Amino acid sequence: MTEIRRLLPETGIMSGPTSVERLTERGFERAMARAMLMTPSDIIAEVSQSGIKGRGGAAFPTGLKWSMVSQAPGAQKYVVMNADESELGTFKDRVLLEQDPLGPLSGLVIAAHAVGARKAFCYIRGEYREVEQVLAAAIETLRRVGLVGPDTVEVEIRRGAGAYIAGEETALFNSIEGMRPEPRVKPPFPTNKGLWGSPTLIQNVETLANVAVLFAHDVEWFKAYGTKDTPGTKLVALSGHIHRPGVYEVPFGTPVADILNAPELGGSVAGTGRLGAVLLGGAAGTFLNAAEVQNTLLDYPSLSKVGASIGSGAMMVFDDTVDLTWVLTKMARFFAEESCGQCVPCRIGTRRILEIAESGNLWSRTQDLRELGQAMRDASICGLGQTAPLALLSALDRPELRHHD
Amino acid sequence: MGTSVTLTIDGEEVSVSQGTTLREACDQVSHSVPTLCWHENLSPANACRACVVELKGSRPLVASCSRIAEDGMEVMTNTERVRNARKVVAELLLSTSDATLAPDLRHLAEESGAQAGRFSGGASWEQPVRVDNELYVRDFSKCILCYRCVEACGTDAQNTFAIAVAGRGFNAHIDAGFGRDLPESDCVYCGNCVAVCPTGALIGKTEWDMRNQDQWDENKISVTETVCSYCGVGCELQLHVMDNKIVKVTSPMDHPITHGMLCVKGRYGYEFVQSEDGLASNS
Repeated sequence: MTEIRRLLPETGIMSGPTSVERLTERGFERAMARAMLMTPSDIIAEVSQSGIKGRGGAAFPTGLKWSMVSQAPGAQKYVVMNADESELGTFKDRVLLEQDPLGPLSGLVIAAHAVGARKAFCYIRGEYREVEQVLAAAIETLRRVGLVGPDTVEVEIRRGAGAYIAGEETALFNSIEGMRPEPRVKPPFPTNKGLWGSPTLIQNVETLANVAVLFAHDVEWFKAYGTKDTPGTKLVALSGHIHRPGVYEVPFGTPVADILNAPELGGSVAGTGRLGAVLLGGAAGTFLNAAEVQNTLLDYPSLSKVGASIGSGAMMVFDDTVDLTWVLTKMARFFAEESCGQCVPCRIGTRRILEIAESGNLWSRTQDLRELGQAMRDASICGLGQTAPLALLSALDRPELRHHD
Repeated sequence: MGTSVTLTIDGEEVSVSQGTTLREACDQVSHSVPTLCWHENLSPANACRACVVELKGSRPLVASCSRIAEDGMEVMTNTERVRNARKVVAELLLSTSDATLAPDLRHLAEESGAQAGRFSGGASWEQPVRVDNELYVRDFSKCILCYRCVEACGTDAQNTFAIAVAGRGFNAHIDAGFGRDLPESDCVYCGNCVAVCPTGALIGKTEWDMRNQDQWDENKISVTETVCSYCGVGCELQLHVMDNKIVKVTSPMDHPITHGMLCVKGRYGYEFVQSEDGLASNS
């Protein structure tokens, strides 16, 4: 099991990450040149054939999204790069933007061409100040070579102000528009009514990087890795009790255990060396026990059998001594602080979960927590409230993960 | 318009005109859904989630106050998930807010079988009442953050934008800007926020004083309809009179001119009527 390097540049690459040479060396210049000669519908067809799914967590088919924006009525359209990476344990977009910002930006330029947008926004997490400078330099490079500008697509950076919720796509639109980042009700979906009510294509950084490498090559090349269901590679962010924490690129379908244990990847569980649990997909994700980790692949069908999903690709590793009650309490605090407060289930529910956790009743009030969690999943407005109880519910379903101290 | 869409609600087929919300459609077949933040004259805020229904093909429940009916939808208003969501919403609100003047919330709690104390005992919205002017009082212990007041102050009626939601999560609250008292804020005292508040968190100063002194008695209040005499618009006023004194002024929500909204003069400028040293003694 080796690490793949497609979305991430080769480790020995000599050109600077924002240089014109990098554009050539990584094939992005070729990618954009090829795309610009194609009709929008041909571009969208190629993205659809590649099987790229959104990498922000929802795994929505990218080609389908592009065709929806392309067909939506409206003269003014926007594309947005969502770089408001805030999920716990997730730092892949940061690595991508630091090491190879021209990739996602090339994907953004291609996306704008495909859906007919002349204006693009990069919404970047406010804490990513250094990353933002790299991104700005990369945009300047594209401007110098004529790929960004009034005749193609204008790209503007907008900085978040420290709210997890602003990564939710419609809250992000409100933030760009200068309003409170409260999620909007869907439908209407962004593909029809996004920024300022216009059809808007919003994609995660990693998704756009996939588009760039696809057009630098072709569909066949792209599908050389991955599964039939999910072609391509995924960036995973390993943290916690792992010998080699960091971001790794692996093909979809890689056994989850290999990601943790392969010498070139995670390099095996640290701490006691015995795996207790993996939190897959960040705070909005699912706990897997050691047996589930042994038996699952990094792919949606495989993970759905244990009620999990890939989410952002975050994998937080806990050895068998970690008290998950403590972890769950920290996560509960995170959601209570990051809820925007708009809807009742999330605003009050996240607070009550935190209180129950802090008072030590997490494992004794399971019925209350399950009903509360179900109501939050069912009735919250947006993905934050709907996923806030997921990790907790997954832990309640795996009582073997509980540790007494 | 004119075209209709056909959907099923709890298995019953119903045709409604295009643009009808699921809430209205449910009403039409008498499978009404409970609401808290929804108000007939305001844009749906989608905040309380009491009106959620199950929609076939949708993983989460959907807010029926804002979701537009589409052909072929299969809507269920009384499934286990719907009942659980309504019950938990009521329990959560009861655990934070004082519902003594919130009939809709109390009704929801009763209908859904909410256990009032289930999520209580933690943080609540209990806080001192803010009495900073003679016209209305803000008792945020009763607030359920339904957004109605914000909408009435904004584009839905008044366009004054004196109040908004500030803070986030459990600390999200209605604010007149930097925590200011109302006289220092942009408030114009139209009282339209008070008119749409469903919980008594915003309440006329007269009513608040009388309730505190145990003098407020709904049974002794009669309503007289008249037209506001201040200008030529012709707003209908409902004078709520107790013991031959005006104690509150409202306007009917279905009135074609006001839609229930008034200005400061119509709503609060009634003291002259009952002034002890009125025109007669001055002339």
